[in-house]
Amino acid sequence: MSQQDIALMAHLLRRAGFGATREELETCVAKGYDAVVEALLHPTEAQCMPDDVIRRYHTDMAELRELNSVGAYWMYRMITTSCPLEEKLALFWHGLFATGYSKLNQARSLLNQIEMFRHHGLGSFATLLVELSKDPAMIIWLDNNDNHKEAINENYGRELLELFSMGIGHYSEQDIKECARAFTGWTLGNAEYMAVRASKDSIWPYSRIAWHFDYRDHDHDDGEKTFLGQTGRFNGADIVNIIVQREETARFLSTRLFQFFAADEVDDAGKPVIDAMMQTYFDSGYEIRAMLRTLFRSAYFRSEQARFTRVKGPVELVIGAVRLAGSYCQPTFGADQLARHTMYMGQGLFQPPSVEGWHEGLEWVDSGTLLERVNFVASELGNVSNPGVRNIINRLAAEDGGTFTPEALVDRCLDLLGPFQVAEDTHTALVGFVARQGAVHLQGHQPGDATEQLVGDVLRLATATREFQLA
Amino acid sequence: MANQSKRAIVVIQLAGANDALNTVVPYTNGLYYDFRPHISIAPEAVLPLDAHYGFHPEMGPVKALWDQGKVALINGIGYPNPDRSHFRSMDIWHTAEPTKIGTEGWLGRAIRELDPQGGNVLTGVHFGRGLPRSLACKGVPVASVGNLATYGVFPDLKDEARRLDALETFSQMYGGAQGRDVVLDVLGQNGRDALKGADILKTAPARYTSTVQYEANPIAQSLKSMAQVMFADLGTQLYYTLYGSFDTHGGELIAHAKLWQQVAGAVGSFYADLVEHGRENDTLIFIWTEFGRRIRDNGTGTDHGSGGTAFVIGGAVNGGMYGEYPSLKPEEQLNGDLHYNNDFRSTYATMLERWLGIPAAPIVNGHFEQFDFVSQ
Repeated sequence: MSQQDIALMAHLLRRAGFGATREELETCVAKGYDAVVEALLHPTEAQCMPDDVIRRYHTDMAELRELNSVGAYWMYRMITTSCPLEEKLALFWHGLFATGYSKLNQARSLLNQIEMFRHHGLGSFATLLVELSKDPAMIIWLDNNDNHKEAINENYGRELLELFSMGIGHYSEQDIKECARAFTGWTLGNAEYMAVRASKDSIWPYSRIAWHFDYRDHDHDDGEKTFLGQTGRFNGADIVNIIVQREETARFLSTRLFQFFAADEVDDAGKPVIDAMMQTYFDSGYEIRAMLRTLFRSAYFRSEQARFTRVKGPVELVIGAVRLAGSYCQPTFGADQLARHTMYMGQGLFQPPSVEGWHEGLEWVDSGTLLERVNFVASELGNVSNPGVRNIINRLAAEDGGTFTPEALVDRCLDLLGPFQVAEDTHTALVGFVARQGAVHLQGHQPGDATEQLVGDVLRLATATREFQLA
Repeated sequence: MANQSKRAIVVIQLAGANDALNTVVPYTNGLYYDFRPHISIAPEAVLPLDAHYGFHPEMGPVKALWDQGKVALINGIGYPNPDRSHFRSMDIWHTAEPTKIGTEGWLGRAIRELDPQGGNVLTGVHFGRGLPRSLACKGVPVASVGNLATYGVFPDLKDEARRLDALETFSQMYGGAQGRDVVLDVLGQNGRDALKGADILKTAPARYTSTVQYEANPIAQSLKSMAQVMFADLGTQLYYTLYGSFDTHGGELIAHAKLWQQVAGAVGSFYADLVEHGRENDTLIFIWTEFGRRIRDNGTGTDHGSGGTAFVIGGAVNGGMYGEYPSLKPEEQLNGDLHYNNDFRSTYATMLERWLGIPAAPIVNGHFEQFDFVSQ
C-alpha cells in the first residue's frame, strides 16, 4: 500500500465525503480506487445513527422546533453515515437550491426536502428539477403557492432558470413569464388547513406537520406558451424537459459540480473536465451519478494539481474534524452546539443568507470566521480523550518504539491527519514548538499524560494551519 | 457637539419579541385590563411616566433615566405588512428590507461608511458568538467576542504557559505573506488580523477601572465588556449584543419581570459607568425587538403580534414619547395587534444621520422622516 495510494484515497474521500481516518483509508485502498468510487456513487441502505436513538437522547431532535436542533439532527447523519457522498451531495443541493427556515418556520418540510435530495440527488437532473418544483418547502420559499392561473407570481419561474439551471443571460423576461405560467397550479395540498392552524398557534404559524404537494388543474393555465423558442400547451414538467436539453444547463450543472467537488476556481486544466462532464450529461440522459463518475475518474481529479484547491466549507470542516476525532458518534450532550458552530463560521444549515445560497471558496474566510474554524477544530483534535485522537496516539506509540525527533513527530502527525503538507515556515514553527517541549517518548504512555498532551498539541497546531483549511 | 468620530451606538436586541403593552403600560385604559385578564400590570404597580402610561415595575433604573430626560420612547414602531415570524421579522429589522430578502446588514453598511478602508478591525464589535445579520456585510470585518476575557485563539487551553507557547507557534505559522499562493496569503492575512484584534481587545479589561458594580447576569456582563472596550478607546463605534428570550407565550408575568429586572439593571449600571467616564454624551443606547405581542393574552402569556416599542437612551437624547401610542380599540387594532404608526427605518435614519453624520438613505434603502430625539 503506497503512500501515493493513501494520499489519493484521502483526496477522494475529502471531496466525495467528509474525510477519513487512516484506518478507513487503508480499508478503501485495499478495495481499489474505482471500486470505492462506485460504492460512493451507489449509496444503499446507509448505516447511520438510528432515529430512535437520537430521539431517546435528544428530545429537541424529536420535536424539531429549534433551528439548531434541526441542523444538528442532519449533522449526526453526516457524522455517522456509511454513505458519505449521499450526504455531501445533499449538502451541495442544499447550497444550490438553498431553502431557508426563516420563511417557513417548518423544520419537517425542510428535512423532507433533504430526504428528496437523497432520493434523487444522483439520478436524472430532469427528475430532480420536477421533484424540486413539487417540493413543499421550495413552493413556500419561492412563492409558487401564490402563482395562479389568473395572476402569476414569477418568483419560482425566474429562479428555476437563473439560479437552478441555465444561469442568467440565456433567456428573456418573457421566457420567465411563460415558465411561471406553466407552473401555475403547482401548490400545497394542505395550505388552508395550515393557515387555520396558524391563526390559532402563532408561534408555529404553519404548525408542526409537513405540507404536501398538490396539483390543481383548475388553477393551472393550460393555454399555449412559447418558451425558449418552442411553442405548446406546456405544463411544468414540459418546461423542465426543455431546460435540461439546453447546453447552458449542462454547462451550469457541470461547473457547479466541478467547483464543489474538484476546485473552487476553474483553471485551464479543469475546462476539459467540465466539457467531459457535459458530454456525459447528455450521453447518460442527464444523470448526475454518471457526471460525478466522469469527474472522479478523470486524470485531472486524480492528479496532485487538484488537491487542496478548495476552501473547506464550514459544515464540511466541522464534520470532517468530528469524524477524524471520533467524537459525536454516540448521542452526545450538547450536540446542537455543532450546528451553532457552523453558524458562527458563516454556514448555518437551513439558514442560507439569501436565495442564492452561500458564497463559497475564499469568501468563507474572514478574521472572525477563521478564529471560529481554528478554535473548533483545535479543540476537537487537541483533546486526547477523543477516540480518534487516542487512535492516532496509539498508532504512533507502536511505531519505532514510540520515540520521535521533533521533526519526525510533526511529519507523522501531518501524515495521519491527511496526509497533507505545510509551507516551510509553518513546518519550522511546528518543529520548533515540539523542540521546546523536550524529548518525545510515547513508550508506556498513560491517558492524558504530558507526552500525550504534547501529541495533542501538535495535532491542535497542525489543524490550526492555513493548509488544513483546504480540502 | 461632540466629535462625531467618538460617537457610539450601543445596540441591545431584545430577542424573541418583547411585549410592548406590559413594558409601557397604558394603566388608565380600561381596554388594556379587558384584553389582559390574566397578565396585566396593576395601576398601582406601574412606574408612571404620565397620567396614562407607566413602565413595568422592574424598570426602575430606566425610569430614573426617563426622569432625567435621557430616554426617548418610540411607541408603535414597525413596518408595513407586519410578519409574525420571528426569523422573517428579525431579518427585516437587520437588513432594513421589508419586501425582499436583504443581504446586507444596516450596521454593516454603516461600518463600511464610517471606515471605508477597513483600517480598524474593531469599528464594530459584537458581544456574543457568530454575527448578527445587522452587522453582516461583505468585506466588513467585525469582531464577535463571546467572552472578552478569553477572546482569541485556543481559548480552551487553560494552562497559560502552554497557551502562550501555542499562540506563539500560531503567530509564526500565520507569519509573513508567502507570495506564492493567493489563497494561503489571504488565509494568512485573516489569521494575523484575528490575532491583532485579540491582542488589542485583551488590553481593555486591564485598563479598565470603575466604581460601578454590574450584576452577574449575561446582559450586565456584556454591557460591562462594552464599557471596557469603549473606555480603552479602540475606535469602536458600533457595539451590539442581544438578550432574551422575550418570547413569553407562557408564564409571562414571571419571565418578563425577570428579564426587565436584568436589562434595566444592566442599562442603569452601564449608564452610570458612562457618566463616571464622561462618555454619556457620546453614546446612544438603542434597544429594539422584532415585534410586539398580541393585545389579548392567552391565559398565561401572549402570542406574536406587531407594533412594538423601542428605546433610545443617552445624555444627548431629548427624552420623551415619540411615535403615537397605538390604540387598543377593537376597530383600530390590526387583526388583534397594535397598529404600527412609524417605520423602524425612521429611527435608524435619525441615528445614522443626526448622530453618526452619515447618509442614511443608502443604508436603510430609502428616505424616511426623522425624529427629533437627537438634535441635528
